[in-house]
Amino acid sequence: MKNTTLLVEHLSASFFTGRGEIKAVNDVSITVPRRSIIGIVGESGCGKSMTARSIMRLLKYPGKIVGGSIRLMGKELTALTDAEMANVRGEEISMIFQEPMTSLNPVMKVGKQVQEAILLHRKITKKEAKEEVLRMFREVGISEPEKRYNCYPHELSGGLRQRIMIAMAMICRPKLLIADEPTTALDVTVEAQILELMKGLRDTVDTSIVLISHNLGVIAEVCDYVYVMYAGQIVEQADTFTLFEDPRHPYTKGLMASVKSLEDKNTVLETIHGTVPNLLELPEGCAFSPRCGEVCENCRQAQSLIEVAPNHLVRCYASKEVQHG
Amino acid sequence: MEKKIKNTVEDGHGFRSVCYRLWKENKVAVFCALLIVIFALAAICAPLLTPYGYDEIVTDTYRLSQPSLAHPLGTDEVGRDVFTRLLYGARISLMVGIVPTIISMIVGALLGIIAGFVGGKADAVIMRLADIMLAFPSMLLAMVIMYTLGDGIINIFLALALVNWASVARIVRAETLKLKETEYVEAARSIGVSKWKIMMRHILPNCIPSLIVLFTLNIPSAILSESALGFLGLGIEKPMASWGLMVNTGRQYLYTNPWLSLAPSAAIMLVVLAFNFLGDGLRDVLDPHLKNQ
Amino acid sequence: MDKKILLDVQNLKVEYALKGKKKVSAVSDVSLNVYENEILALVGESGCGKSTLGKAMIRLVPPVSGQLYFKGVRIDDLDTKAFMPYRRQMQMIFQDPYACLDPRMSVRDIVAEPLDTYKICESKEATTQRVTELLEAVGLKEDHLYRYAHQFSGGQRQRVGIARAIALNPAFIVCDEPVSALDVSVQNQILNLMKEIKEQYGLTYLFISHDLSVVRFIADRVCVMFLGKLCEIGDTELIYNDPQHPYTKFLLDAIPKADPTQRRASRLLLPGELPSPVDPPAGCRFHTRCPYATAECKNTEPKMKQVKGRMVACHMFD
Repeated sequence: MKNTTLLVEHLSASFFTGRGEIKAVNDVSITVPRRSIIGIVGESGCGKSMTARSIMRLLKYPGKIVGGSIRLMGKELTALTDAEMANVRGEEISMIFQEPMTSLNPVMKVGKQVQEAILLHRKITKKEAKEEVLRMFREVGISEPEKRYNCYPHELSGGLRQRIMIAMAMICRPKLLIADEPTTALDVTVEAQILELMKGLRDTVDTSIVLISHNLGVIAEVCDYVYVMYAGQIVEQADTFTLFEDPRHPYTKGLMASVKSLEDKNTVLETIHGTVPNLLELPEGCAFSPRCGEVCENCRQAQSLIEVAPNHLVRCYASKEVQHG
Repeated sequence: MEKKIKNTVEDGHGFRSVCYRLWKENKVAVFCALLIVIFALAAICAPLLTPYGYDEIVTDTYRLSQPSLAHPLGTDEVGRDVFTRLLYGARISLMVGIVPTIISMIVGALLGIIAGFVGGKADAVIMRLADIMLAFPSMLLAMVIMYTLGDGIINIFLALALVNWASVARIVRAETLKLKETEYVEAARSIGVSKWKIMMRHILPNCIPSLIVLFTLNIPSAILSESALGFLGLGIEKPMASWGLMVNTGRQYLYTNPWLSLAPSAAIMLVVLAFNFLGDGLRDVLDPHLKNQ
Repeated sequence: MDKKILLDVQNLKVEYALKGKKKVSAVSDVSLNVYENEILALVGESGCGKSTLGKAMIRLVPPVSGQLYFKGVRIDDLDTKAFMPYRRQMQMIFQDPYACLDPRMSVRDIVAEPLDTYKICESKEATTQRVTELLEAVGLKEDHLYRYAHQFSGGQRQRVGIARAIALNPAFIVCDEPVSALDVSVQNQILNLMKEIKEQYGLTYLFISHDLSVVRFIADRVCVMFLGKLCEIGDTELIYNDPQHPYTKFLLDAIPKADPTQRRASRLLLPGELPSPVDPPAGCRFHTRCPYATAECKNTEPKMKQVKGRMVACHMFD
């Protein structure tokens, strides 16, 4: 237990709309060991961002956590009051988002914004806070920190803005950083820089990271353990090497096959038939069954996660047989 | 086949499908629409609903009589039936609310779109003109126009339309500048659709949600402007009735005969609120982005 | 080599005016050829001017100077009316499937718009018939005709965008990041479709993208752009297997590989930040970030020259 930063068990969160309950997060369990980078991968609407927001308790109305537990270093987050949770956010757990421009206040100097984040949680003077901010700026690789301190967000490039966001998230040295598509809006060369930075932070600051991405390349590059989500559920989980080498769930296999090779030129690309389902009109049983090429009678029933190998769980009836065959 | 029909009813922009969705999503708006229709019908059928004329002195004994069976809202200071005048007043007030607003919307929308889309000199000329219009206190402007043109309903239409077009043009121009940058307008340009067609097919229809809101906001303000003008002795030719005029003349008898101004005030309030609610409802139904959520 | 030139771009320059008297040169002095029946990819990072170049090539953005020759005819100085027959032959597919379709028009009206503009069909029925054929060609069905854009998924919307672009039987289509807003699995469906359509209709694409793995699949030739200038142009195979320009090398190396066994302890990271396009560096525009930069790079602009079967603009090969 001591080496577990975050333990999410059977977490469910739903949106209650006029047209019915949307189960955006459906019985999700995630373990984040200390000093690890955990990946959550899936397509748009699969519930990966909602899982992150539920952990932060930042679900917007009409979304609500309906069940499960979230324990950060043994502390149950679902039992905290809103005020207590606000203290935890930023201090022990923080989050960065996809679009660094909209997450920053456009009329405030970036240095001040980061400074505000630390002053909120630490009883220190403004001068000390500023020094701390500049130190953090240097740590996240911002060149000329004094100059950048007085810049407004629009004066900075996308990569620098994301570094500022990371500095803001890391300033209180949280135990856990949740990064929701942190590099999706960035160019590849900048993406590479940011990923390197996140790997470095894990080691120097002793923070665990939950990295949410739709990009399998990003996941493969930095994660230790990966959860694959589809229609609000985890469909497969394994350590990164196993997952990429031996994907068992048809959806994971489809995703892997969809990756475009850089080495040789394909004539036709592999695709997954159909599109991501509407969460209001989920099929009976396995949510992936309408798109699955290996569908059979058993897929009509709800599937549970099956352990096919140590630490490798798959939500597919057929994965059991594959193991032997 | 059945599904196809359902789709068009639920998602089309035709009159029937809009009504259908309005009923499903916002019943208050439908009641407001009905209320407006009732007022309009009452105004049109006024001669059938009351035995008196709007300028007929119906009593010579009590000029300011209290409500009774014969005169449900009493009589006014000249001895005319208030209920009758309320019905005939609806004609003027509804017309004054709607006609100049429509004129100003059409003129304002056209000029606004041209200013926003064509830009350059056309933009500069139209917008400076609008600025001048907006710089004048609107009441003063309307008064000046009424003084020069004289009383009469047509002149009120002109005065109020002239006062209102500038704000419409400004808002439509801002909207156009935004829409001009969208990819679907660029797509139309890449096809080779002419400027005029782009304005009419892509920009104008997408301005409609804001135009509807403006429309419902401008109608009450036009009704109120007319009553203010009436108070100053400008406006419709007496002895015709309008609600604004009735409120203002009834003011003096507020303690003894409150009906005199309360009845037309209530009528103004109901119509204004009805237009506002209807506008909100229509905007939600017509806006595809809001609808999607 | 008997490749016929479809579009010949010479010394094209596009500038945007900023507030005050400042100007951003989004495309500065670019020359390139697009051959008939090829897919030429234009890659580079955001803000490098690739979209502007693509739009300027089909005259959606006015250039400051330079010439455009379409099938040998000069088209950049034609007036709107004289340009119309060429406009027909050059279409565009847009990036954002949510913004590129008018939310107030049905799919039928969207796809019919180009047909109506050039009065291709004689009657309304004939237009609807043609629209149905086009929708079927891109994998949509007849019952989609009277739906509105918001009722579709991103992939389906992009199909509608493709149907609109091919409605006039164009020769040349500029595709501006057509799949970057889509999910991976849907991305591949659209890419396959685009390739299929290209063969079927004998099209030429200019494929603008920042995603190098997409480009690897679809493009015959690649053109790498940095800050308004071209760095390297050549066959896809050549460039991906053996990039010559330092920027191309960095770009290709930065792509995260979907294979954890290929992780490296340290990667080639591009140092520094993108220079401002308002005030681009003198000489080679890449020199502020280039580890191989010499004094010459700071002063003189490199010219395009033939290196190992492709064109490169770098002083390393002088």
